[in-house]
Amino acid sequence: MSAATAEVRATDTLRRGHPSSYGEAPFGFAMIGLSVLFVAVFTAIPILASLALSFFSWDVISEPQFVGLENYQRLFTDGPVLKSFGVTLGMSLAIVVLQLTIGLGLAVLVNQRKLVWVRTLFRTAFYLPLLASTAAVSIFMGYLFDYKFGVVNYYLGLLGLSNVPWLTSGFGAAATIVLIVVWQQTGFTFVLFVAALMSVPTDVLEAGQIDGAGPLRTLFRIKVPLISPTILFAAVVALINAMQLFDQPYIMTKGGPGSATTTVTISMYQKGFQNLQFGYGSAIAIVLLVAILIVTGLQFLAARKLVFYR
Amino acid sequence: MSTMHIARIGRIAGILVLIIAAMVALGPLLWTVTTSLRTPAEAFSNPPQWIPSHPDFSNYSAVFERIPIGRFFVNSVIVTGLIVVGQTITCTLSGYAFAMVSFPGRSVIFGIFLATMMVPLQTIIIPVFVIVRYLGLSDSPMSLVVSALGSAFGTFLMRQYFMQMPKELGEAARIDGAGHFHTFLLIYAKMAGPAIATLAILNFSGFWAEFYRPLIFLQTQDNFTLPLGLVGLQGNLGTGSISVVLAGVVLAILPSVVLFVVAQRYFISGITAGASR
Repeated sequence: MSAATAEVRATDTLRRGHPSSYGEAPFGFAMIGLSVLFVAVFTAIPILASLALSFFSWDVISEPQFVGLENYQRLFTDGPVLKSFGVTLGMSLAIVVLQLTIGLGLAVLVNQRKLVWVRTLFRTAFYLPLLASTAAVSIFMGYLFDYKFGVVNYYLGLLGLSNVPWLTSGFGAAATIVLIVVWQQTGFTFVLFVAALMSVPTDVLEAGQIDGAGPLRTLFRIKVPLISPTILFAAVVALINAMQLFDQPYIMTKGGPGSATTTVTISMYQKGFQNLQFGYGSAIAIVLLVAILIVTGLQFLAARKLVFYR
Repeated sequence: MSTMHIARIGRIAGILVLIIAAMVALGPLLWTVTTSLRTPAEAFSNPPQWIPSHPDFSNYSAVFERIPIGRFFVNSVIVTGLIVVGQTITCTLSGYAFAMVSFPGRSVIFGIFLATMMVPLQTIIIPVFVIVRYLGLSDSPMSLVVSALGSAFGTFLMRQYFMQMPKELGEAARIDGAGHFHTFLLIYAKMAGPAIATLAILNFSGFWAEFYRPLIFLQTQDNFTLPLGLVGLQGNLGTGSISVVLAGVVLAILPSVVLFVVAQRYFISGITAGASR
C-alpha cells in the first residue's frame, strides 16, 4: 500500500516539475522495513541488551538482579576465564600467521602456472576443505589424529616415530586444532590472494624484470606491497574469525585436556548456557567484543606503516 | 651454476610444493570417503585403503536406519532454504532502497547497519536466545530461521551492487509511467542476478554448515540439523561404527560439493565480495 502511495506522490512531483528529494521517502521506508525489523530485533537490540545484561545477575528463571560492575570484577579475578582469553589469543595468532603465509605462498606458486587448467585444478583442491562444515571436519579429523588408531600416527610409526598425543596432551591439542583450522581455512586467504595477484599490472612486473629483479625480489618488493591492502583485509577477517573459535575445540576436545583448548567462546557457553549465568556470560561476551575491537584496531595501526595504497 | 639452472630448480620445487599441499588438502577428505565405504569392522584398521578394494555401501543405508539422519537432512534443507529465500528478499529490497531511493535518515540507518556488521554472533547470542524464547520458538528449527531473516552484510552486499547501476534507467521507466516498485522489480532486480546468486551461495554454505546456533537453540534430537545431529551420532555410537558416522559426514558435505561444481564462480565472488569494502 505504501508503495502505491509513494508512486502517486512521485508522479505528482514529476508532473508539477518540483522534484522534491524526499518524494519517494514512503517507498524507501517500505523497502527497508523488513530488514530494519529483523536487524533491529535480532542484532542491534541484542547488542545493547548484552551490554545491559552484563550489569545484572540472571538465571533465566527468577527476576534479574542489578549487580553493577560485579560481573566484570569477577571476570578479572576468574583464573580459568582469564586463561581462556590467553588460550584464544595464542591460538588465534598462530592461526592467522599460518593462514596468511601458507595462503600467500600457495597463491604465488599457483599464479606462476601458465596453464589455466592447472591453476583451476589447484584452486579447486585448496578450496574443497571450505565446503565441509566445521562439525564434519572435527569428526573426521578426530579420527585421523586419534592417538592409538589414527592414520597420522600410523604413518609416523612407519617412519619409526613413536605415537604423538595429538589431541590428548595440552599443548598437542591446542596445536592440532590450530593445524586443523589452518587446513580448512587457508583456502579463504588463498582465493583472496590469487584474485589480488591477478590484478597486479604486468607492466610493473616487466619493469622490475628489466631492472634485473629476481623472483624473490619481485615477490617481496613489488607483489607483496601492491597486494598489501588485501593482506590487511585477510588478516583482519582471519583474526576476527579465530577469536570466535568454538566448534572445533568444543566438538573435538570439549575444551580439554584440562582447559588447554577452552577458548573464550567455550567459557562463555559454559557460564551462560550450562550454568545459566546469563549476566556473567554477557560480561564475557562484551569483553570478547572489546578484545576483538582492540586487536583489530592494532592491526589497522600497524597497517598505517605497512600497507601501500595505490 | 648458472641462473638458468637455479630458475629451473626453483620452478620444479614450486610444483612439488603445490602437489604436496594439494595432497594435504585432499587427503583427509579422500580418507573420509574411502573409509565410509569400508565395513565397520575394518574401518579403523591401518593401513588405510586409499582406493577401496571392496566398496561396501551398507554404511549409507545403516546411517538412515540407526539415526534419524533423514530427519536431520529435512530439517537442514528447510532451515537453510527458508533463510536463503528470506534473506534474498529482505536484503534485495533494503539494498536497493539504500542505493537508489532517497529518504530522510538513510545514511544514519545504513551507518547503524554497518556498525552491527562488526559484532560477532557470540556477543549477541544470549539476548537472541532470550528473544527466541519469548517468541515461543525455543527448541524449534524455526528459531534458526526467524533470527536470521535480516542481514546487515547482505544488505551491504546488495547495496554495493545496485550502486553500480545507472540511475537513468529507472528515471526513464518512471517517466513512461512505471511505479517505484515496478521499476525496482522489472528493471533493477532483474539485473541483480549475480549479486543475488552470490548472497544465496554465501548463505547456503554458512547456514548449511552452522553448528553454534543449533547447539544453543535446539534440545530435542528430532529438531536437530545435520551438523548437530552428526556430532551427537558420533558421540553415541562409539568407535565401532566409524564408517557409518563417516557415511553421514559424506552425505552432509555432498550438497555443498554439488553446488560448488555447478556455481563455482559465485563461491569465489562471495569471498572476494567482502574484500572490496
